[in-house]
Amino acid sequence: MLDPTDRAIIDATQAGLPLTPEPYQALAEQLSLSTDEVMRRLQAMLDSGIIRRIAAVTNHYKLGYHYNGMTVWNVPDDRIDALGTQIGQLDFVSHCYHRPRHLPEWPYNLFAMVHGKTRQEADEQIRKIAEVLGDANLGHTVLFSTRILKKTGFRRKTD
Amino acid sequence: MDEIDRKIINTLQLGFPICSSPYRKVADPLGLSETELLSRLKALLDNGTLTRFGPLFHAEQMGGALTLAAVKAPAERFDEIAEIINAFPEVAHNYAREHTLNMWFVVATETPEQLRSALTEIERRTGLTVYDMPKIREYFVNLRLEA
Repeated sequence: MLDPTDRAIIDATQAGLPLTPEPYQALAEQLSLSTDEVMRRLQAMLDSGIIRRIAAVTNHYKLGYHYNGMTVWNVPDDRIDALGTQIGQLDFVSHCYHRPRHLPEWPYNLFAMVHGKTRQEADEQIRKIAEVLGDANLGHTVLFSTRILKKTGFRRKTD
Repeated sequence: MDEIDRKIINTLQLGFPICSSPYRKVADPLGLSETELLSRLKALLDNGTLTRFGPLFHAEQMGGALTLAAVKAPAERFDEIAEIINAFPEVAHNYAREHTLNMWFVVATETPEQLRSALTEIERRTGLTVYDMPKIREYFVNLRLEA
């Protein structure tokens, strides 16, 4: 699905897009491609979902979001897809996934990330999720992050 | 960070155009010059307000493998364990969290085999059990936060 030219473009942008007025031209020169080809291939990778977006990623803490909670819920497997879809639609949830349990110590299978500038704001978000889940919530906990230990984004290991 | 920085952050979280002068295209409606946008963007990256600016790759769509994993790092070894785990280029993010499972990291590789071997290697070097929690289904992903 990815040919060597796509991979070369991915590798060249892993550290980020060049901060020069014509970044795609800069990439093209670096890769000995035409600017049109670089732009066309980036657009194709966006269209196919290989690239989710060309965008900025923030440090939550620096924006004042000090209460970043990974909320985890134990919900019945036969209801999780419907519930996960509903939770994912809440405007304050940034990520929502079904993940495996590790019984007995980890009974949680539904993960939803919430972000609050205050603890109160985060608690309110958690309360709303609990409300949507209702009697399907067989137990939950919230793991607040206390520190970012690493955040580099996905890198392709250089061959 | 001032109002202009906030606008830049909020705009650039939504996406970025593919055209010959994309920074100018973004700068114009914000009432900024291309040069000012570029210098502010560089400053936001340098001071860590932004951790990245560029294409955000979807590891699985690239044919790669991705998982969320956690370990119980004993308090007295916490920094050492973080150092060992962070040293893996396959580890994209790592967060300290309040729980007995207190270190949570995302591992991304090109193949499922590389993923398994990275997790095995992390277990070997840390001496800890890695709790592997690959996603079974994704319901929603939106990495934006209002600045």
